[in-house]
Amino acid sequence: MISLQNIRKIFHKGKENELTALENLSLQIKKGEFVVLVGANGSGKTTLLNIIGGAEKLTSGSITINGTDVTQFPEYKRSKWIARVFQNPNNGTAPDLTILDNFRLAALRTQRKNLTIGTDAAFKKKVLDKIATLGMGLENKINQPMGNLSGGQRQALTLLMSVMDETDILLLDEPTAALDPKSACVVLNLADKFNKDFGITTMLITHNLKDAQQYGNRLIQLQEGKILRDINTESKVKLLLPDIYEWFG
Amino acid sequence: MSQFYLTALQLSLCLGPMAMGIYITMKVFNIPDITTDGSYTLGAAVTAMLLMHHWPALAVLPVCMIAGALAGICTALIHTKLRIDALLAGILVMTGLYSINLIILGRSNIPLINTPAIFNSFPFFKNDLYNQLFISAIIVIILTLLLNYLLKTDFGIAMRATGNNPIMTKSLGINNDIIKILGLALANALTALSGFLVSQYQSFTDINMGIGIVITGLGSVLIADALRIWINVTNIGLQIVLVLAGSFLFQMVLAFTLAMGIDPNFLKLVTASFVLLIVALPRVSRQLKRG
Repeated sequence: MISLQNIRKIFHKGKENELTALENLSLQIKKGEFVVLVGANGSGKTTLLNIIGGAEKLTSGSITINGTDVTQFPEYKRSKWIARVFQNPNNGTAPDLTILDNFRLAALRTQRKNLTIGTDAAFKKKVLDKIATLGMGLENKINQPMGNLSGGQRQALTLLMSVMDETDILLLDEPTAALDPKSACVVLNLADKFNKDFGITTMLITHNLKDAQQYGNRLIQLQEGKILRDINTESKVKLLLPDIYEWFG
Repeated sequence: MSQFYLTALQLSLCLGPMAMGIYITMKVFNIPDITTDGSYTLGAAVTAMLLMHHWPALAVLPVCMIAGALAGICTALIHTKLRIDALLAGILVMTGLYSINLIILGRSNIPLINTPAIFNSFPFFKNDLYNQLFISAIIVIILTLLLNYLLKTDFGIAMRATGNNPIMTKSLGINNDIIKILGLALANALTALSGFLVSQYQSFTDINMGIGIVITGLGSVLIADALRIWINVTNIGLQIVLVLAGSFLFQMVLAFTLAMGIDPNFLKLVTASFVLLIVALPRVSRQLKRG
């Protein structure tokens, strides 16, 4: 599904503050895998996700998604395959637009936005049904601006929006960092469900090692822009929390 | 006295499309677009030139709007492709347009007294002012309905989201640059349409008629914003109506100022002070509340 070959990313190249974020990193991710990325601050986790999503251009190397070389594709073109949930709950939704309008845009992620009105009764019903699955009581708020909601609610809705259209890959950059434990649990369980139900290839960055142990079927530890550990499904099942804590000893 | 209000109403209707344009750039896209001063005069200059060449007024209208759209596209390209600040991009295009407008006009002022005007192409009423009001009102109503529809379509939602959260729109497959280019084209086409209407209403085009006109549009949008918060309007169609109401209130204040016998030389100063007042009042009252 995702293939990274010899990825290098250097920030401020040639300047005094030159910083190598990713150093010759290669990685193959199969369809339906749920990869959890861990690593200290500055190890390159977010840069890696941004490079796959297209928010950052790489210095050298190449990226293939589903057999298409997307190395030169801008972010908006990669959204054909990729949906994202950001660390900051404010980034994933437009605050002044209603919940309904936000969902409408998400439902057109891989399609053209035409000069027709798409927020009709049938679409409203679809959104209501989706939101009801969250059990957050947001069903009667779909005509309210997104900005009225809490960070946890917005993050859960952003995740829900990511499956309104065809999605192959879901990138989650510390989606629960700004959330209370209960909302965090809702969001991660939902991501897990999407991965299992729809076979969406998922990549999750987290600093919560308990989540890293509990979720996903592959665990990768990054250090200084390189892959330090890559634990596959069989070994990850056996992996216990104290083992992971030891990595960061 | 009623003539006094009607004239203010007429001028506010003529300037209504420009106010809608400013609403698009400022409220929808969050971009301060100063191209307005130039594209307004551009619309008036194209109108003057084509009417002098005996074009029917109705045929001049789309040409004006296309000219305005091109000006907007220039600003948007400078802003999005060269990554130059939108404010500077607008100032550059506005400055350049001054020369272009002079070239189109050939001199600094063209009277449009013996040429056909959109207002006497369709004589619905015998009274000239009523006819002008009626025709301007029809144009403004059509534009309001179209803009309201546009902003509710899928493309319109994409436009509004681009101004509200560009990080999100990029991740949802939206090319923010293209949307901004189309948005600025639309806004400046509307502004040029105001130039078209005003030049025919006042029966002349002057190279300096656009100086500071952006403030009039900004003032209308700011008044509309204050009204929107006050009566809590979320419907987009109503917001556009409020912008038109803002345009009318603005013209009323100016007409009232002149009627009080203030030297017309002070008019721009009064305009600027009035806009400052609208911007500053909510901030000052908020600070007073906080103590």
